[in-house]
Amino acid sequence: MLDNALWISVALFTVSIMLNLYRVAVGPALPDRILALDTMYVNSIALIVLFGIWLNTKTYFEAALLIAMLGFISTVAVCKYLLRGDIIE
Amino acid sequence: MIGFYTVMEGVIAFFLIAGGVFAFIGSFGLARLKDFFMRLHGPSKTSTLGVGCVLIASMCYFSLIEGSLSLQGMLITIFLFITAPVSAHLLAKSALHYKLARDPRTLDDIEELKDGEDDEKPNGENGHLP
Repeated sequence: MLDNALWISVALFTVSIMLNLYRVAVGPALPDRILALDTMYVNSIALIVLFGIWLNTKTYFEAALLIAMLGFISTVAVCKYLLRGDIIE
Repeated sequence: MIGFYTVMEGVIAFFLIAGGVFAFIGSFGLARLKDFFMRLHGPSKTSTLGVGCVLIASMCYFSLIEGSLSLQGMLITIFLFITAPVSAHLLAKSALHYKLARDPRTLDDIEELKDGEDDEKPNGENGHLP
């Protein structure tokens, strides 16, 4: 049961990342692309955690935490750049 | 009598599939909806919930495997719950700054959007799908 649920979840997250990739490619304006990249890193965190469950190891939690922090900081930096034309004033 | 491990396996499987379904709904909304202010709704609400469900499932799994409570996943969940609204707020602010086009069926008059209707759009393109 757990194996099947894991594979269904991995498939759903992969399809979600594909949809985000479509929005990154198509997205008419710049904030659309940033929003799609933001969603993409959140989905990739879940994919890494699922990979950790599949391999039965807890090593990948650190990688997920790193991706969460760096993704948030990069989103904030790019939004700040769009708003002010500068990141650190 | 159903054993404890079977019940926990069912709970973990439920959380895994619920997380996948939530993330899929959010990303589908991101790909499908018409203008940026609608698109912001989908992922900013559901993606956090999807990842939260997957992390709860992994916490249950590792607690069950090791026989002791493992709360490492809680760190990522709390971090995402704090940061997702902040980034959504900043994205909405930058979209208002760029004066992205709205769907004509949304009726509200927003002051920031009404000002620049006859101005030239900064990116030359409006936020609609072709």
